[in-house]
Amino acid sequence: MQKYSIFNLVKNAFSNHQNWDLAWKDPEPKEEYDVVIIGGGGHGLATAYYLAKEHNITKVAIIEKGWIGGGNVGRNTTIIRSNYMHDENGLFSEFGMDLWRKMSQDLNYNVMFSPRGIINLAHSDAQMNVYARRGNSMRLNGIDAVLLNREEVKEIIPMADFSENVRFPIFGGLMQPSAGTARHDAVAWGYARQADDMGVDIIQNCEVIGFDVSAGKINGIRTSRGNIKAKKVGLCVAGSTNILAEKLNMTLPIETHLLQACVSEPVKPVLDSVVTFGAGHFYISQSDKGEMVMGGDLDGYNSYAQRGNLPTLQHVLTEGIAMMPFLSKLKMLRTWGGIMDMSMDGSPIIDKTHIDGLYLNCGWCYGGFKATPASGWTFAHTIAQDRVHELNAGYSLNRFNTGHLIDEKGLGTKTWIS
Amino acid sequence: MLYIKCPHCGMRPQIEFSYGGDASVKRPELNKEISDQEWDDFVYNRKSLRGKHLELWQHISGCRQWIKIERDTATHEIFKTFKADEEVA
Repeated sequence: MQKYSIFNLVKNAFSNHQNWDLAWKDPEPKEEYDVVIIGGGGHGLATAYYLAKEHNITKVAIIEKGWIGGGNVGRNTTIIRSNYMHDENGLFSEFGMDLWRKMSQDLNYNVMFSPRGIINLAHSDAQMNVYARRGNSMRLNGIDAVLLNREEVKEIIPMADFSENVRFPIFGGLMQPSAGTARHDAVAWGYARQADDMGVDIIQNCEVIGFDVSAGKINGIRTSRGNIKAKKVGLCVAGSTNILAEKLNMTLPIETHLLQACVSEPVKPVLDSVVTFGAGHFYISQSDKGEMVMGGDLDGYNSYAQRGNLPTLQHVLTEGIAMMPFLSKLKMLRTWGGIMDMSMDGSPIIDKTHIDGLYLNCGWCYGGFKATPASGWTFAHTIAQDRVHELNAGYSLNRFNTGHLIDEKGLGTKTWIS
Repeated sequence: MLYIKCPHCGMRPQIEFSYGGDASVKRPELNKEISDQEWDDFVYNRKSLRGKHLELWQHISGCRQWIKIERDTATHEIFKTFKADEEVA
């Protein structure tokens, strides 16, 4: 594989960049693999990469119905953070932050990781207290957290509405300075390129239509391009998890819902951190192209549509304009939607299943993108060693049975009701 | 915007309604022995079908009645709406 470097860039300039290697191949599916990963999104590609890199398992295929990176890894708002209160979430995400910091070097691919900080705004004294508690929990887990007062927030985001007579005045906020954003497509492509180089087959336009399970053990999968034998199979299909679970006669604590995002027309640099509204559900950052990248609530009813509905968008943007009034002057450039695997406690599942050799990675709710490296790393470990790593031990499937829920937001079941 | 035909009030915009989830889920009967698995299936586990899905909605800014809707989760087509106690064929 050609390394991406300044020297190769100059060298290839002499041939008008016509002679670069393909970033990944387009192989025919083989008859048999050690591990088949279903889903060529960020998590699936990362899993294949860490299977090869950390566990030396390279007889691996990624099976993708569409094209790699076409689902949620290409549809998110690119936010990366580890500002969680619960140990399971905090330690897992902070492990991921470390992988994010090294990712561009590790993958030899510029993922444009930009640790610009995230601020969760508080709009009451009670909310400040809650944030102080969360910040302390974060610091106990080695995660950076700073509690900002109103004046300190104003210094960082002077364009927000700091007038006295607003419905939700800004009291302060909780900041994680090391959080930030990254170029989402580059993450998928970077993992794909390295995984391919280490021998992983990336098989696109190949739909899984069934599973070959006998005596409680997985033997392979049936696809639109023929049967593939596999010793182990990992599911990384986010919003399509329930569709595949049905083929396995499994019913999971997950519902598929639609989440929208949108960008404004590009404007000059105005916002250099990620900001979330504390009296509703709205988050915003500015992309390197200058677009304001925004998102918020789910559409609110089960959906596989991958496209959104305007009432929710209007509701979300109303919150945005309440927080930063200048947004009302901007034109909308694009809106889109992705289908989320909403788990019943708001936390993910990375675990073995009752079927020997079948592994499950799902339930990412609103926060799948930032988890990409840690999810891939721990899922690869779970598959390779046939046991969970301590980082994902809390993300078990049977926690809904034993009562060990990880209810970060205190919403209980059905996290889409908020 | 979805338009939902409330069986009590007629055709109304979706913003008058709030969503209540899968209507095919049945609470276990309390007068007999109930396993943890049955509770799990009631509280947490969902089929989340792609396609025809029977679901509860409440006409929260209208008559405030709970109703059942048969809707396609991929196309959002609404096939039929029912009163809460109406049998679904």
